Amino acid sequence: MTHPTHESCAHCGHHHELRVEDLRVSYRNVEALRDVSFATSCGACVALIGPNGAGKSTLLKAVAGLLPVAAGRILWRGTKVAKWSREIAYLPQRENVDWQFPITVRGVVRMGRYPQAGWWRPFSAADEEAIGRAIELMGLADLGDRQISQLSGGQQQRVFLARALAQEAHVLLLDEPFTGLDRNSKAGLAITLRDLTEEGRLVIAAHHDMDTVRDIYDEVLLLNRRAIAFGPLAEVFTEAGLEETFGSLPTDGKEVA
Amino acid sequence: MSDWLMEPFRHPFNQRAVLAALLIGLTNGYASAFVVLRKSALKVGSLSHALLPGIAVAILVAGLNHWSVFLGSLFAALLVGLGSLAVSRGSRLDHDSALAILYTAAFSGGIILLRRLGVVQEMEQWLFGNIMGLRDSDLWTNFWISFVALGTLTALHRPLLMTLFDAEVAATLGVPVRALNYLLLALLIVVLISSLQAVGCILALGLLVTPAATVYLLTDSTNAMFWGGSLLGGLAAAFAVLAGWWLNIEQGPAIVLVLGVVFLIAFLFGPKYGLLHRLRHARFGVR
Repeated sequence: MTHPTHESCAHCGHHHELRVEDLRVSYRNVEALRDVSFATSCGACVALIGPNGAGKSTLLKAVAGLLPVAAGRILWRGTKVAKWSREIAYLPQRENVDWQFPITVRGVVRMGRYPQAGWWRPFSAADEEAIGRAIELMGLADLGDRQISQLSGGQQQRVFLARALAQEAHVLLLDEPFTGLDRNSKAGLAITLRDLTEEGRLVIAAHHDMDTVRDIYDEVLLLNRRAIAFGPLAEVFTEAGLEETFGSLPTDGKEVA
Repeated sequence: MSDWLMEPFRHPFNQRAVLAALLIGLTNGYASAFVVLRKSALKVGSLSHALLPGIAVAILVAGLNHWSVFLGSLFAALLVGLGSLAVSRGSRLDHDSALAILYTAAFSGGIILLRRLGVVQEMEQWLFGNIMGLRDSDLWTNFWISFVALGTLTALHRPLLMTLFDAEVAATLGVPVRALNYLLLALLIVVLISSLQAVGCILALGLLVTPAATVYLLTDSTNAMFWGGSLLGGLAAAFAVLAGWWLNIEQGPAIVLVLGVVFLIAFLFGPKYGLLHRLRHARFGVR
């Protein structure tokens, strides 16, 4: 796998690696993930593929620092991911967001600057600029004052991406970003994720629509409680790999080579 | 007519009651936004009941004064709140059930104890409030409680709001979500206590939910919800105290009733989220 921008991040000129080693995560006493190892870096777009309950969300949350790691470790740029990092942005599943919350598009994006601005300090000019730029980049310039329930599914997803951009995150963790979007929004979001990847960000998304995997991702992690396989799309996203992951071929995976 | 309108302002205890209502309404109205956004009205209601046994024990141990009542009720509500968490985490029972068990048991204990203390005439006051009975020192206690609670809530507005919107995302942005949740709970209890004398521990919940809930039906702005709730709470409470005098009805229930009526109006006639607006647009098939 040699992606043109894989060597370094276009927006910061460094090569950043995310390495997960023998990760095990448990909820109370139930093991949700074990033996998960993979390494990827900025400029890659990674699909997490596996059946429901395979631990895709768990893995994303663990990398985001939301879950305690029972064994193994997660390294970002060579250091262990502590509780949280400004460089890692987590985007929840759309169904987990309270869309009726009285907040505007701009309000959500502003939250991305809180790590920089702290709890009390007023936003600096640099903060405001980053917020404006993020909104602009995600094509939300005309919607800044909209309450977030008054957006299409694709726009809602882009609001959270804009928040991640305002945060200046290098790693974007998305939980089923395409779920519930219409065809046009899906196509638009795919282009956006590709653009963010070309910029040198590391995009990792739980994904379940087998038909679109090839158009969006460079690398695939097959997951079912443990890592089945990880690597470049062409090597890993195969009939044999999917069969091992799902037990049988997923119903919508007929077109898989 | 004007005599009748001005009558309430002539009496010092009435001026005090209006001032107290304004103060309590402002604080509760502001804090009510947190309760509504956190969708925890019933939990807060349970905790307001848990104030009663705390008062009873405090009177038993230290006699009746501001600080014994304040500390006693705070301690009792915290005990019930944290105890319910411990029970639900340490058993297979859900948190709401655990909370219901503990607060009803505590409330019952409080009633039995208060009756034995020979303060029966005050029982109703603790349950339903007596804003006309406030003294200057009560007003000062309320002022300080409101000052500390409002000050802390505004100072922590950013991280609190992020926690309420999405606790997981907030955590990935470095907000200490769990600590803030506990702090918010403690502050809400403190605010409940501030309205204890005015509306009593049963009606206190109305003051701590209705104002921001009403504004929620009228606006999409977060700030409007907090400050609008505050303004509505203060004005409605002050007006209700006066109305109580004019119409000769009890002030505590009047406060909560006025808020309820305002809420109903917003629910029916709200320009954007009101029921009539929705029905009208549903009929023509427009959203």
